[in-house]
Parts: sequence; C-alpha cells; structure tokens
Amino acid sequence: MYKVLKATFITIWSLFVLFPIMWAITTSFKPESAVVNGATFIPFLEFQPSLIGWKAILPGPDSLTNLLTPTLNSFIVTAGATAISLIFGSLAAYGLSRFTYGWKNYSNADIIFFFVSQRIMPPVVLAIPFFLLLKELKLLDTHLGLILVLTSGLMPVVVWLMVDFFNALPREIDEMAMLEGCNPIQAFFRTILPLSKPGLTVAGMFCVIFGWNDVFFALTLTATKVLTLPVAVIALNGTVTPYWILAASTVFSIIPLVGLAFVIERFLSRGNLSGAVR
Amino acid sequence: MSLILKNVSVTTEKDGVILDDISFEFKPGRIYILIGRTTSGKTSLMRAIAGLLPIDSGEITMNGVDFDEKPIWERDVAVVYQQFINYPNKTVLQNVEFPLLRKGLKKSEAREVALASINKVGLSDYLDRKPSQLSGGQQQRVALARSLSRKSHIMLLDEPLMNLDYKLREQLRVEFKEIFNSQKDAVTIYATTEPPEALILGAEILVMHEGRIIQYGSPTEVYEQPQSTTVARVISDPPMSILPVSLAAGEIRFSDGYSQPIPAKMKNFKEGRYEVGIRANDIVSAKSGGEKGTISLVEVSGSETLVYVDTPAGEVVLQMEGIHDVKVGESISVELPGNRLFLFETNGALCVSPDSAGE
Repeated sequence: MYKVLKATFITIWSLFVLFPIMWAITTSFKPESAVVNGATFIPFLEFQPSLIGWKAILPGPDSLTNLLTPTLNSFIVTAGATAISLIFGSLAAYGLSRFTYGWKNYSNADIIFFFVSQRIMPPVVLAIPFFLLLKELKLLDTHLGLILVLTSGLMPVVVWLMVDFFNALPREIDEMAMLEGCNPIQAFFRTILPLSKPGLTVAGMFCVIFGWNDVFFALTLTATKVLTLPVAVIALNGTVTPYWILAASTVFSIIPLVGLAFVIERFLSRGNLSGAVR
Repeated sequence: MSLILKNVSVTTEKDGVILDDISFEFKPGRIYILIGRTTSGKTSLMRAIAGLLPIDSGEITMNGVDFDEKPIWERDVAVVYQQFINYPNKTVLQNVEFPLLRKGLKKSEAREVALASINKVGLSDYLDRKPSQLSGGQQQRVALARSLSRKSHIMLLDEPLMNLDYKLREQLRVEFKEIFNSQKDAVTIYATTEPPEALILGAEILVMHEGRIIQYGSPTEVYEQPQSTTVARVISDPPMSILPVSLAAGEIRFSDGYSQPIPAKMKNFKEGRYEVGIRANDIVSAKSGGEKGTISLVEVSGSETLVYVDTPAGEVVLQMEGIHDVKVGESISVELPGNRLFLFETNGALCVSPDSAGE
C-alpha cells in the first residue's frame, strides 16, 4: 500500500516537474504547422517530426545562429571557474578544518563566515564595481575576466561545503600521514584528497551548475566577444525567432548538465568512506 | 642517544592539566611500559612526543636534537593507536608501503619490506583488499604491520592490543617481545591499562597518574613495592583491597572494631591512622574468626574465583583457586594474614611492604 502510494506520488511529481522539459523537447522537433495550429504533443501521431529547429542553431546551410561557439565559451568559463574554485577552495577549507587561525577575538568560524558572507550581497550590486574592476585590469570581455568573477561567487560555497566535509573525515588519517613523513600539504594531496571525491563532486556540481547557468555576469561583463550559451539563447528570444528554434536552443543548452548529472549519479553511488578508523 | 623529556607540561582549556612537569630519560634499545588508568595522561604523553600535542613548557630532545624545532613529519616516530588507522583508499599492500616510500626506500625494497611485514601479521592472503573489506582484528594488524615495518627510532604503541581477540593478543604479545628486542637502537614506549600485560612484556614500568609519572622501576619492583596506594591500585589485577585501620596497643584495628596483632615489620611505627592493602590472592577465607562480611559479587574465570566481600570495614576482594560454590548474599569470614599486608600512610605513601612471595 505504502509502496503504491509512493510510486504514484513520485510518478505524478516527476510528470509535473518534467512536463515543461518534455514539451520543450517535442517542440524542438516540430515543424511550423504543428506549433501554430494549436497544441500538439505526441510525435508521429499528432505531427511529423522535423529537424528545422535543430538545423537553425547548428552550423550548416539552414543555420540561423551558431550555438557551438557560445557552447565552447561557456565550457571554458565554467571549467575554469570550477577548477580554480575547487583547488583553492578545498585547500582553504582543509586549512580551516585542521588548523586554528585567529586574530584577537576572531577565529576559524569567523573566517568561514567571512567567506560565506561574500554571497550575501545580491550580484546586481556587484555588477558596476566588477565592470570597472575588469576594465582597469583590461579583462573586460575576456574568458579570464568572467572566470575570476564567477570564482568570487563560487569559491565561498566550495569552502563552506568542504570545511564541513573535511571535518567529517577522521583527523587521525592526516595525523598518521604526518607521522609517516608527509608535511601537511603532502598529507592533504596524498591521503585526504583521494578520500574527498564525494565532497569534491558535490561542490564541483554546484560550481558547474551555477557557472553554466550564469547569465547576469556574462551579460554585463562579456556579452560581445565572449558570448556564453545562456546569453546566446536569451539573445535568440526575440519576436522573430520561431518557437521550434527557441525550444531546440534551450534543450541544447541543458544537454551538458543532464549528461553530467547521469555520470555523477553513477559515481556518487560508488562512494565509500568506511574503513579508515573503526 | 636517548629521548629526554625535561619538565614537560601541557594544560588545555578543556581538560585542565594533562601533563604535569614530566621529566624522564628514555634510553634506546629498551621497552618502557606506561601503565595507568584512562585519562592518566598516557596517550597525551605519546602525542606530545610525536608532536601531535603541542607542549606548553619544558623540552623534548632526541639524540640531543630539540624536537621543538622538528615538525611531526621529520621526527620519525611510529605510532600504533588503540583505534587503528589505515588509509581507506589504499589496499593492504599500499597501506604498508606508504610510510616506507615516504622514508625514501626504493619501490622494490619497500615492497619487499612491506610483504615481509604483512606476512608477519598473517595477512599475506589479503594484499589487495581495502581496509573496509577486512575484519576489525585484521585492520589492526594492517596498522601494526605498517608501523612496525618502519624501523623508527621511536615506537609508540597506545594500547595496541585493546581491540583484538584473546588468541591474537597472546600471539602478538610474544611477537612484540621479539620485534622490540630486535630493534636495538629504538626507544619503544608501550601504553596499557592492564597490569598482566605490563608484567608479561617484562620491561621497565612507568606508572602514570593525573599527568605525572608516579613510579618507575622494574616489574617486580613496582609490583612488590608500590610507592603509594594509587600505584598499588593501578598495578594490581585483581584489585588490591585497601582498608583504613589504626595502629594502637600492639594491634591493627579495623574501623569496625575487628583487630589482629601487629606483624613484626610494623612494630616500629607510631600509633595512629594508616591504611592497609592486601592482594586478593593473599586473603584467606576462614572457618572462624577473621573479618566477617557478606558476598556482594562472585566472578568465576575458570581457574580461579574472585569473591567481592562487603565487610563493615570496607570492601575486600579475595581470590580462590579453582571454582568455588559461593553465592551472593552468603556471609563469609576472611582472614588477612599479617605478613602479607602493605601499610600505607593516610596520604597514600608506602610504609611497609610484605616480603617477596618466595619467602
């Protein structure tokens, strides 16, 4: 009985959540007639699928716009920001988890709060300062500029997540590593980091999702030469662009994240920390 | 060429004084047993030597080198904890190889030493397992193999046999003796709470209590001449019975009025309040006379029976050979042979110890 209820609930909820995506997917394969003459949902039955939407966004004779270059830009920016955030964020988090720092009344907890407090301000407030800053640094409209700006938003969260994760790892492991001849940096890279894959995955996921989806900074700081995918998709959203092209472009832009989700789901279910300390 | 501790003290906000002005010289090639209750500072002393616990004052030197200037990873200290620690992401072989490789051994050498060490603890069939795929005892053996193969100059073992089963303990105890004795230039410090273990390993014994070393000596010395009631309690298993008495008019008077003549050795002490201690195997159950009490607990271990007796003068533990049919609640008379009594001042200091068991 409970199982049936659960299954029913999950089914209904999934339908509810996935419906817009399913609609977008079907719409992306629709020809003009299937969109303008009232709602249709089922391919082959209600309409004959066509690839005109997809042909419009990919390079080729029917291309309306090329989304591959923005995809590459998005990829570079996301990967860069994620890598920097993970490397330096987890190093900072390890320090905050294992050592005590302080000045007067301020200690580790305050440093962590300082990190997280970077996220309190709404990004809108930062747009103009960032613009001026990047202009001075000659980084406006470059990959590196956007990577640094995104990192400033992502790294605090990585630090915050990883401090908690490292706190949960037995301190005895790095103590043992140090007793066996590793300095703290070696202890971190040789024993703690290999154990931190689940934590790094979660933090990395967070970075990738937010980095990939960022519109605001990409639009304000790098909208001409370094056009990212979300900005490109939004740019398509004019009165002249047909729905099937819009649908194809949105579906196209979520494919990498969906793929990543599947890969990581596999990976996370294998994570195992037992056996360090009984 | 020895490990010297000079006035080492550690105080923390949370636990107060952990180590209280410890000075001691550990000589290489010897085994030192730290014995004491939990929280007596055994583990803290080891952590201080290893560098995991920063010391507030005093100094630790090894071969004349001040440890204060040497970070943990340069001290070359091998540690086996009571709760064993292995790297969960490495296999058994990789676990044992890790410290050897860190020490700068060549790959082939490290493998050879690691394999020999794993073989010694009987885990050759499990080389490629991860620690999580092993039983608790096996995991502890991996930790042991890892630390023992390092041939460090300082070996710290913190109750390493605590979590193992009886058979394996016996076996490893014997092996420990061999391993320790084969390392001529290493200082070995072994912490335990169990008096038999300390006595079997037959090394020098340091009795710790509340962050201080309260007695140091050979096992026989510490066992036969405990300098205080605290040492007597720590080193005696089954526990020593300690009762308040007063010496007066040629008699030992117990608090409930029972008295017996003063043995010859105690005649010279002036009258007043004292405490007497007696080991469980020296107490005799008597048909008549003696101290009367009721049995509060009976522990049968097979070869012997421990009987806890509540007497008006205090609790007495008596050990009887073989299995005896005594029941809780029964009344019993116990005799405390005068020549087996320890006499302590009321502040715990030893006045008289009985002659050695042989006499």
